[in-house]
Amino acid sequence: MDPIHQFAITPLFGEGTFAFTNSSLFMVLTVLTITLFLILATGRGALVPGRWQSLAELSYEFVANTVRQSAGNDGMRFFPLVFSLFMFVLVANLFGMIPYSFTVTSHIIVTFALAMLVITTVILYGFWKNGLHFLHLFVPSGIPVFLLPLVVAIEVISFLSRPISLSVRLFANMLAGHITLKVFAGFVVQLVAALGALGGVLAILPLGMAVALQGLEFLVAFLQAYVFTILTCIYLNDAIHPGH
Amino acid sequence: MEALGQYIGAGLATLGMGGAAIGVGNIFAQYLAGALRNPSAADGQFARLIFGFAVTEALGIFSLLVALLLLFAV
Repeated sequence: MDPIHQFAITPLFGEGTFAFTNSSLFMVLTVLTITLFLILATGRGALVPGRWQSLAELSYEFVANTVRQSAGNDGMRFFPLVFSLFMFVLVANLFGMIPYSFTVTSHIIVTFALAMLVITTVILYGFWKNGLHFLHLFVPSGIPVFLLPLVVAIEVISFLSRPISLSVRLFANMLAGHITLKVFAGFVVQLVAALGALGGVLAILPLGMAVALQGLEFLVAFLQAYVFTILTCIYLNDAIHPGH
Repeated sequence: MEALGQYIGAGLATLGMGGAAIGVGNIFAQYLAGALRNPSAADGQFARLIFGFAVTEALGIFSLLVALLLLFAV
């Protein structure tokens, strides 16, 4: 009945820090699914795509358009990174929607690792490509000199909070959504247990709500993967074109 | 008594989500108003819509996080 219980990490085999947990299992499943999907869908390379090939081309075009719009054509060199992130987050979120499965992205350490990967790439590439000019990111043009210390401090804080907000957004959305689903499903059980047949009739209300929330969660699973992708592109854009 | 403070604090923390709700509602309302005036320009602004939504929503999620931490982690 504990709505938090579904997020428990249990070792499947091995022990201690290097145990192979249910979280690891679903990460491996996610990567295997994406790899098999892309290899099988694009393997034949038909001129007129079938259903699976259309799906693969659709996901490629979708991410490619996002990268081009937010980071320009120079951003396309980061396309492999962005596409991998999008597919991993999306498929991990969708795996979490299967009942009794495990949501990899509902753990802050997983999403924080992904966010740090993005921010580290931004910082390293920004300094490698632009040198110290990258620091212009923190100094917007056209600001009066006496306001500059304040604005620079705000820009630095906003830059430093990016990995936190990027990771916490994804993790908290998945966590909150799955807790809400479990709470409404718990209402059904509690009503039947407390009131018997009358409870069974009343339980239609929370059951309908749980079904509607399940639909909403599918939307959230896709939307959060998209938001993660688009923010990645916008941060990469800062590294490619600093100083706006 | 300690648990009582936790629950009151968690309840207060959820009030912050109301502010995020106003902000997110405002973003989509303004987008819809603009899109109805100029439907041809609407698709081009979709990425900015999602970006604004994400940045605003993050603050509501932060207050939810404070509530969850108070309930389950403190």
